[in-house]
Amino acid sequence: MSIPRPKPEKFRLRRTMMFMNAQKPGLIKDAYIYGADSIMLDLEDAVAENQKDSARFSLYHALKEIDYGDTEVIVRINGLDTPHWKEDIRVCVAGGCDGIRIAKTESAADVKTVDEAVTEAEKEFGVEVGRTLLMAALESPKGVLNAFEICQASPRLFGVALSGGDYRKCMQVKVIPGGIEMLFARGFMLNAARAAGIQCFDTVFTNLNDDEGFRAEVKQNVEMGFDGKSLINPKQIPIVHEMLAPTQKEIAEAEKIVRAFREQADKGVGVFTLDNGKMIDIAFVPGAERVIRLAKASGIYEGDL
Amino acid sequence: MELKAVGTAGTLESSDVMITLEPKDSGGIDLSLESSVLNQYGRQIKAEVLASLERLGVKNAKVIVNDHGALDCTIKARVECAFYRGCGVDMDGRFDWGGVIR
Repeated sequence: MSIPRPKPEKFRLRRTMMFMNAQKPGLIKDAYIYGADSIMLDLEDAVAENQKDSARFSLYHALKEIDYGDTEVIVRINGLDTPHWKEDIRVCVAGGCDGIRIAKTESAADVKTVDEAVTEAEKEFGVEVGRTLLMAALESPKGVLNAFEICQASPRLFGVALSGGDYRKCMQVKVIPGGIEMLFARGFMLNAARAAGIQCFDTVFTNLNDDEGFRAEVKQNVEMGFDGKSLINPKQIPIVHEMLAPTQKEIAEAEKIVRAFREQADKGVGVFTLDNGKMIDIAFVPGAERVIRLAKASGIYEGDL
Repeated sequence: MELKAVGTAGTLESSDVMITLEPKDSGGIDLSLESSVLNQYGRQIKAEVLASLERLGVKNAKVIVNDHGALDCTIKARVECAFYRGCGVDMDGRFDWGGVIR
């Protein structure tokens, strides 16, 4: 019995990416019911050194037999400085996961190393070459500084994520409300991701008792332009989805732009003004379409676009 | 590949199963099962364990299964892991995904 999964979509919506220990059957069996856009089954930090083998068997059969529906299934593999990553890649590809999260990425060469191993595994297991997506986690000052070359390192790469725990340790800082200690890393990584045309995800918020702090961080993420966030607990999912949902006013405006642009484009007009006097050209359309997509995913869209 | 020593995998947590395999020279598979869902699923758990052992080519072994409501996919994973541990293979070696592991 094997559940076929559709070909992964490189630029799908990924507001929430939730970590789960690949070794814990109790977690992975209902991973999809929480409604995260993506789950990240973890072979790395969540799995003890002497259970790396066990986690892979568990992962393989979960990938083959559990129906995750529309939830994207990413696997976080062990770092390239460990003896585990090569076999991690083989099991990910053989099991047919949607994507692989590369831990502790420091350079474009790291991404290319993984890309080559994935290609080899795809050939070995008869998987379409290029099917398996990649994302890179930046966890060190060096990784952050090399963000732009990392973002351009592979056509498989859909995004980059910041990993705050290790990064803060390297920078000799602790978690500060307001995030001043992460301002450079977040801004620099976002800029690199946008320049390369890929997605960008913020680090986890680990204090589960601090709802207010979590909301403040998500608000800042939205304002800075992140596509989504890595999460460690299901209760964080609805909060992110709610805070990323567009307002009715934004939805109405987006609808107006998309409709007007379609009409005007048919008439051969490239630039025009809306009834509120706002000048619109093609540069506004992707943003407006993104708002509609978010509204649909948030379950608050009632239009017909 | 052959079972050379005792191999154990899994935990006693809910939704998991702990499998212990002990090598034997003859006498086939000697399976003992404890499960929190024995009445409903005992036969199915046993069948799943035996099928996995057959795929792995295990003919003689003492098998102890301590189940706390594991799904089929978890039962397979724990049997395979216990087997390869008992064979003493390198945990990061190349495994037969999709072959005997399926």
